[in-house]
Amino acid sequence: MTAWLRQHRQALSSAVRRLSFLNALVIGIALSLPAGGYALLESLRPAGARLALEPRISLFLDAQVSRADAEALGKRLRADRRIGAVRFVAREEALEEMSAVQGLSEVIGALGRNPLPDAFVVTSKEDIAGELARLPGVAHVQADAVWARRLAAAAALAQLGLALLAALLGAGLVAVTFNTIRLQILTQRDEIEVSKLIGASDAFIRRPFYYLGVLQGLVGGAVALALVGAALALLNREVRVLAESYGSSFRFGFLSPAEALAILVFAGLLGWAGAQLSVGRHLRAIEPR
Amino acid sequence: MVSFSAVAKRYPGGQEALKDVSFSLEPGELAFLTGRSGAGKSTLLKLIPAIERPSSGSVVVNGQNVGALKRAAIPHLRRNLGLVFQDQKLLYDRSVYDNVMLPLAFSAHAPKEAARRARAALDKVNLLGREKANPIQLSGGEQQRLAIARAVVNRPAILVADEPTANLDAESAARILDIFVAFNQVGVTVLIATHDQALVERYGKRVLHLDRGRIS
Repeated sequence: MTAWLRQHRQALSSAVRRLSFLNALVIGIALSLPAGGYALLESLRPAGARLALEPRISLFLDAQVSRADAEALGKRLRADRRIGAVRFVAREEALEEMSAVQGLSEVIGALGRNPLPDAFVVTSKEDIAGELARLPGVAHVQADAVWARRLAAAAALAQLGLALLAALLGAGLVAVTFNTIRLQILTQRDEIEVSKLIGASDAFIRRPFYYLGVLQGLVGGAVALALVGAALALLNREVRVLAESYGSSFRFGFLSPAEALAILVFAGLLGWAGAQLSVGRHLRAIEPR
Repeated sequence: MVSFSAVAKRYPGGQEALKDVSFSLEPGELAFLTGRSGAGKSTLLKLIPAIERPSSGSVVVNGQNVGALKRAAIPHLRRNLGLVFQDQKLLYDRSVYDNVMLPLAFSAHAPKEAARRARAALDKVNLLGREKANPIQLSGGEQQRLAIARAVVNRPAILVADEPTANLDAESAARILDIFVAFNQVGVTVLIATHDQALVERYGKRVLHLDRGRIS
């Protein structure tokens, strides 16, 4: 057992000595593209998810409709099972909300009177906008659902693009590892040949190369995380200013610890795969004669 | 210890290196394998650690039929043999000491025991003072002795050497052979291939003479 551990430690330290930071950097840059894209998309998802899960329908009432009629309509909406939440937005309230938005208060002030109608905002998962528009007193209906669907489609497209990019660059990582190990096997050709001649097992000879592949993947993954972190920090400096001007506290979030770990594991596994392919192909070729 | 019976070796392309070779080495025996270049000496020696496999016949080493050995079993066979190669196969990217340590890397010895064995092996071939040198700095005779030290560091019961005195002056060659004789005296079975008939005769040991692929 101790001998086994010692051999693994030797293989690992041999791999550490042969680790090229330049290769790890190449892998890191390649991985940072899908990882960064994923972080951006995940940050945008909460807004999109809310929209997609609870499409809102706004019902704008005729200006002539009295409060009593509006209340009756509200009762009718609340009784409808297909409708989730119902919120009444009085025209005064809507005006206040609008005035709070920077730049609009002057415009509204210039109008002299409240141009806004009373409105109901309801949520429904069903497509009932057309039906609601025919209710008495309803002047105009606006459904978020269309927007939600468009956003969801755009998000799905972006995700597909990212997945393709990740697959492509993952294959690149395997290729980089494959070549690194190939060159390493060539430079150690004499040592490998002599070791085979004097009784080294295949496992003993392969071990340092597996370690090298995994280690290179892991360091590449760590480089990718560092790059994504740095890029997001830089982006957030600008985003903060922009978001604050809209009264939002939006920031691009870094990957969660589980996601960061998943990227490291993924990179390590790809490194292992590259090493496996390379070792299988190139070590067999070195048979002492 | 080592036993060949009716061994033939044909290389792809039809070249027949060995034809019907039979002999056996008893434990503790020292024998010379002589013959001209191309007589098949190297081929015969390569059959013992399964570097080559016989085309027919059987090669038995330490009770194992080497010709039928699975690939995975070969490392274990080789670890119990001391091999000195014609071209020595030293590693020039590391010190004399690290060259001798190489076979110990995949044995189960604790680091202290491994270091002790490496120094003992270097001592036996009189290279203890040169352990930090690079093999490239050694003379031809010293390089050959280093190859022997690496072969014996795992204390094999069988020592096989291919032309260990080639390209050496008479004095260095005699020194090398004396080292093999010394190992034989402590019970190691030794087989040495050489084309130097005169040197062999001085020792009065068993001689296997190969001529065009046959033992005569």
